[in-house]
Amino acid sequence: MNKESAQQSAILSIGGLRLTPDASGVLYESQEKLLIVSDLHLEKASSLARRGSLLPPYDTLDTLRRLSLAIDRLRPQTIISLGDTWHDTHGPSRMSDDNAALFSALRKNMDWIFITGNHDPDPPHFSSARVMDEIQMGGVYFRHEPKAKITEPEIAGHLHPAAKLRAKGRSIRRKCFISNSTRCILPAFGSLTGGLNVLDQAFNALFPEQKFLTHIVSSDQLFTVGPQSLVSD
Amino acid sequence: MTRVSNVAHSPLPEIFQSWFAARGWQPRAHQLELLDNASQGRSTLLVAPTGAGKTLAGFLPSLVDLSSLTPNALKKRGLHTLYISPLKALAVDIARNLETPVSEMGLPFTIETRTGDTPAHKRARQAERPPHILLTTPEQLALLLAHRHASQLFADLKTVILDELHALVTSKRGDLLALDLARLHRLSPSLVTIGLSATVREPIDLQRYLVPQLKNQAHQSELVCVTGGAQAKIGILKSAKRLPLAGHTALASMPEIYKAITAHHMTLVFVNTRMQAEFVFQELWKLNDASLPIALHHGSLDVGQRRKVEAAMVSGTLRAIVCTATLDLGIDWGDVDLVINVGAPKGASRLMQRIGRSNHRFDEPSQALLVPANRFEALECQAALGAVEAAAQDTPDARIGALDVLAQHILGMACADGFNTDELYDEICTAAPYATLTREDFDRTLDFAATGGYSLRAYEHFAKIRQGRDGIWRIATPRAAQHYRMNIGTIVESTMLKVRLGRMTKAGTPQRGGRVLGEVEDYFAEGLVLGDTFIFAGEVLRFEGLIGNEVIVTRAAKGIDPKIPAYAGGKFPLSTFLAERVRAMLAYEKEWKILPPEVREWLEWQKEKSALPKKGELLVESFPSGDRFYLALYPFEGRLAHQTLGVLLTKRLERARMKPLGFVCNDYGICVWALCDLGEAMRNNSLSLDDLLHEDMLGDDLEEWLSDSSIMKRAFRYCAVISGLIERRHPGQEKSGRQVTVSTDLVYDVLRRHEPDHILLKAARADAASGLLDLKRLGDMLKRIRGHVVFKALEKVSPLSVAVLLEIGRESVYGEAAEDLLADAERSLLEEAIG
Repeated sequence: MNKESAQQSAILSIGGLRLTPDASGVLYESQEKLLIVSDLHLEKASSLARRGSLLPPYDTLDTLRRLSLAIDRLRPQTIISLGDTWHDTHGPSRMSDDNAALFSALRKNMDWIFITGNHDPDPPHFSSARVMDEIQMGGVYFRHEPKAKITEPEIAGHLHPAAKLRAKGRSIRRKCFISNSTRCILPAFGSLTGGLNVLDQAFNALFPEQKFLTHIVSSDQLFTVGPQSLVSD
Repeated sequence: MTRVSNVAHSPLPEIFQSWFAARGWQPRAHQLELLDNASQGRSTLLVAPTGAGKTLAGFLPSLVDLSSLTPNALKKRGLHTLYISPLKALAVDIARNLETPVSEMGLPFTIETRTGDTPAHKRARQAERPPHILLTTPEQLALLLAHRHASQLFADLKTVILDELHALVTSKRGDLLALDLARLHRLSPSLVTIGLSATVREPIDLQRYLVPQLKNQAHQSELVCVTGGAQAKIGILKSAKRLPLAGHTALASMPEIYKAITAHHMTLVFVNTRMQAEFVFQELWKLNDASLPIALHHGSLDVGQRRKVEAAMVSGTLRAIVCTATLDLGIDWGDVDLVINVGAPKGASRLMQRIGRSNHRFDEPSQALLVPANRFEALECQAALGAVEAAAQDTPDARIGALDVLAQHILGMACADGFNTDELYDEICTAAPYATLTREDFDRTLDFAATGGYSLRAYEHFAKIRQGRDGIWRIATPRAAQHYRMNIGTIVESTMLKVRLGRMTKAGTPQRGGRVLGEVEDYFAEGLVLGDTFIFAGEVLRFEGLIGNEVIVTRAAKGIDPKIPAYAGGKFPLSTFLAERVRAMLAYEKEWKILPPEVREWLEWQKEKSALPKKGELLVESFPSGDRFYLALYPFEGRLAHQTLGVLLTKRLERARMKPLGFVCNDYGICVWALCDLGEAMRNNSLSLDDLLHEDMLGDDLEEWLSDSSIMKRAFRYCAVISGLIERRHPGQEKSGRQVTVSTDLVYDVLRRHEPDHILLKAARADAASGLLDLKRLGDMLKRIRGHVVFKALEKVSPLSVAVLLEIGRESVYGEAAEDLLADAERSLLEEAIG
């Protein structure tokens, strides 16, 4: 199975949109030139540092750099940051000047929409960017936290999905997209964000009878795997 | 009857002489010598085989000194003697043994133990009003030294006794202990240290460990060696059945092992791994017509079960115990008169220690039997015999102190009185493992302990330790002090999961309900699939599922054989010393006549079909089999070094477009296989063995593989926990559905990308290089065989290679990247969708 076919086989038709999960962890709609990214959790390390965990203070830079590479490659016109852009309310004030400049450069000449999240219910309003609780495009709703019962198709984040496989006496756990015909939940993009196993209860109500597919990110390749191959933690 | 040496020793005080006399004992020469040294303030290393009365020798100076104090002086006296042992159980055991002479002599001083199990209120009281003699573990010592009043507590400390010293110094635990010892020497300048050790190759390393090292001047303690004692009577078990080419179960030898058990009073049957213990136990019981009481003992069994077996041993109601290294250390077990070692002993000194357990009377010879499980092991056992006869040892080289341990120690010292940088650096350099610590590494580690040591100075505000205006560094917040105390220690457990008997509901789901049988490592449980059967706690169990953190099992139906094969690897690779001797045996045909006939045949076949490596040569063979092409190498450098070699060879073969698929290895050799004809490639010079085996593989190739590998990530995780960057997982602090802590893999990746020369990455790399990869050993081997490679292009598998190839299916086969497994899963989805 070569790279291209692996990626082509993972185009999600949700509502009126054709969304491609990208190996970088973002979702892309080529017709609309729309890029969706979720759970950046910027300034997470600095947030944990106040509580005594002195983790490497490079997560913001690392996250922004990876996002910048994806943007350069995919060339969107609109970007939706699907909530929890910031790990906490004071994140923006802790951000270094260099990183702020990098972030600003990413926002240039593009339409950014910041969806509010539980970690950042009131994110900063940058000029030429919109802040909203949710937005609708192509008949699909974009929000941070997935709704238990939906009547329209939905793209969300919040849950940080991860898939675990076991084979030949080894196990692998990776971040992933999880989707069915009416919804897709993105992996957390932030460099220091982990993942919740898709077989966890939290996903049950959203994907009844475990009818879903996962699209697993592993060193620049994407793999589509069904629930029968997955195991819980 | 011991001979008293001709050095005149000062007489023992009256009360001790009568006590010895009452028991019909004579104080031994080494005990008196130790007493003399200690009374003159000279630290001493006592080296003796087990059974030589080491413990009493260690304590005698303290007992004699304390007995000379008036009751008034005794009351005012604080902590006099500290005894450190690696095991909690050992400390408790020694206390019991010590209390006997002390109470029999009516000596009025206090002896207490302090371990993780000691209740909190008792520990608090011990810090305030210590006993005269405290028996404890290295971790508890670290905690005591991180106390504000540590300097008062230890000001009057006269003696520190370090038991099983040879076992303590070989790990990070020894590093931490060395740092604490350096602190004790400073708090009590007239301190005398006594080290008790089994026989080692270089006693001088331990002698240096005991005393402060000064710049440009190595210092060492005195050395007292106990020689003599009867030579061990060791034999190799001859089995009626022929030894197989590979396999570690020693199935062929079970009848003879059982026979030996019936012929002796009490036998210890030592094996290398827990799985082997389970297997041997089962097999012996199948043969146990006489219904002899045979027990099982290993680290994963339920604690209650282990204690029952130990008690039964001591009371003499058992005839045999099948056990692993958990039974290894110095505890004096009853009347063992035979030690059987199943499988190759992996190292002559381990063998010596195991033999030392039997017949615990110093002057009577111990009896031991080696049981090789396959033909390679027959060579190894024979080589081990020779080593024992020459009383040669194979102790590892002295360690260089780890930096993550240093970081933990710095935090501890900040919690105590606080420290001045220059003084602390000087003090640390007096600890032998840190004698070569550069000021730069010290400063970087200090910076790491304070703010994480990042070149991006982001965390000055959140520093865990701060330098005051008086220049003294102190812990910055109570929370930082608490985190330190909760994270102390150098042992990072892999998560253990309980194995519990359960039952199946009508709906076919597993339910808890039975008792806990023991624990297994999480990676073992990870590999289980519903219905898998495996041996554990002496029974064949069936895996029904995981509930929470527990592995639920039911008893497999009678007659079902375990599906999961006995784990063949074992934790210890073949030692360099034994490897040398095995290579020598292979090269000298004259030595073969002592080997079992099937082993001789096998070697003769190998000589005929291929070649036997001469000493100093590396034999490499190529041959086709099935639709694959193989390359077999026999370096005899141990599994760890071979694993590393295998990975690097595979990468090189990939670059040479040979399409390698995987490799398998054991302690003796390694087989790589590929789609392309490797033999042909070498014939037409498109593949050069010289290039393939060049040392430069340890450069870029290694770095590239290493930085991505799970080995490096595991090493980093350990360093992150030990150094205090990440908190330990504590029992009861179960992971909820959400992430509670950040995974160290994520931290590793971010750090690697942005600050590749960060001190913690340096520490992790050092660990990976030595512990997990055996890089030095591999490098030495590659240098040594340069120009001495013997290549044989064969038409068929060689006899020697068969033994290695049979490891496939037992050991994990390398060469399957995570991506391959993911691709497989994806393929099966497609097939299902299409089909």
